Amino acid sequence: MSVNTSSHTERRIVFLIIFLAVMVPLIFPIGWGSEVSPIARMSYDLIDETPAGKYGLISFDYEASTITELQPMAVAQIEHAWSKGQKIIATALWPQGPQMAEASFAEAKRNPAYADKEYGVDYVNLGYKVGGIVTLQAMGSSIRDVYPKDSSGKNWDDLPMLKGIRTLKDLAWVSSLSSGVPGLKEWVMIAHDVHNVPVTGGTTAVSAPGFLPYVNDQKQLHGLLGGLKAASEYEMLIDKKGPATTKMDAQSVAHIVILLLITLGNITAFRRKRAKANLTGGQNA
Amino acid sequence: MPDLMNTIGIWLAAFFTFCIFSFLYRDNPFYKLAEQIFVGLSAGYGLIYVVYSTIVPNLFAKLSQDFSGNLILLIPFALGLMMLTRIYPKTQWISRYPISIVIGTSAAISVMRSLKTDLLLQVGATIINPFQGSTASEISGNLLVIIGTLCGVYFFYFSKKQEGLAKIPSKIGVYFLMVSFGATFGYTVMARISLLIGRLEFLLKDWLHIIN
Repeated sequence: MSVNTSSHTERRIVFLIIFLAVMVPLIFPIGWGSEVSPIARMSYDLIDETPAGKYGLISFDYEASTITELQPMAVAQIEHAWSKGQKIIATALWPQGPQMAEASFAEAKRNPAYADKEYGVDYVNLGYKVGGIVTLQAMGSSIRDVYPKDSSGKNWDDLPMLKGIRTLKDLAWVSSLSSGVPGLKEWVMIAHDVHNVPVTGGTTAVSAPGFLPYVNDQKQLHGLLGGLKAASEYEMLIDKKGPATTKMDAQSVAHIVILLLITLGNITAFRRKRAKANLTGGQNA
Repeated sequence: MPDLMNTIGIWLAAFFTFCIFSFLYRDNPFYKLAEQIFVGLSAGYGLIYVVYSTIVPNLFAKLSQDFSGNLILLIPFALGLMMLTRIYPKTQWISRYPISIVIGTSAAISVMRSLKTDLLLQVGATIINPFQGSTASEISGNLLVIIGTLCGVYFFYFSKKQEGLAKIPSKIGVYFLMVSFGATFGYTVMARISLLIGRLEFLLKDWLHIIN
């Protein structure tokens, strides 16, 4: 009983320490920098090297629960594409995706440099479609058939920027910001592996290791943004001190605290084990 | 009025955030209340959203505009209705037909695509000249990919007992797997901390206005 109580108390102390380790840097930012990883740069390069006037598609395959990690990526990619004179089509394989897209465009337009970007001319939000991989397969034949109207009910023909778009092959790049299935994997399977359209994307940190094998010689993925750290790297690449960058202090401090706690826990466990062994040895003697 | 609703929404969100956090102390009625409301709201929202974003525009709107031109839509409509027969135990067997169609088509599409994406192209990505890199780190990276893949796959070869010399690649494979698990754990910690950052940012920024 006493062991249980002590263990519960220890857990609560750990929770409190982590809570403070995250909260304090949010109130008093430290300003620690971080380095840009090669796979985040690959993702940046794909959009950066695409000529002006071309079309990019961002698929908002996430919901409100993961906006902390994925929304900064969306805003950064939108701003980057607009800065290069590209047009953006937003789609969603998740029901709340269209709202996420709307919020991201609104956030990007708060930047005075992009305040004049016009709906239907510089960007469109085609909305959510059910069906996952089957939907993407159909988009390979005709995007218009899958999305005859945008998320607000406007007809495809009333959106001038869509005049040059027929199938996935007309896109210069696709980026899926994904927090599960359907998402990035389906885009790799159809857009890249069938139609040879360059695909990049962002995922929550917890899913990132599963996608790293697709960043390979076959270029199944042109780079990957994994979690808040990668979002902050992208912001750094477009020279923006955005929401991901400001949150990285809290992330870094929390990681240091967790490392210290793991070390402390291991030392304590090791000492207890040695004390127990000594006790058993003494009794045997 | 919108401002008042917004304020109420923020206070409600803050209240439910604390209700969920209270579980860290111990299980309690506030946590249970928040959990049940979340489950109920998610299910209700999901149902209504699917009805209005999928069933109404893709089925009812099209049928009401041009019924004879969209007769083919009656097939998925009938299959959908057959799914609902699961409600009564006596008619449950009818739902097996639409389920079998969904499973059959999904499996067929996924098998074909997965074979290319997860097997052929992944194997192709491992068949590389390790010395094609221009820097020492690229060459060592290529070698690690080849050795790691071969030893990792060999670890899961169970048809012959792995002993003696045959045990060495298996052991190397285990080390690669452990590094992979470590990386996955690190990423998981980052994801969980990000969730906490999101909630704390909401409390400090939208609720308390302490940070900008």
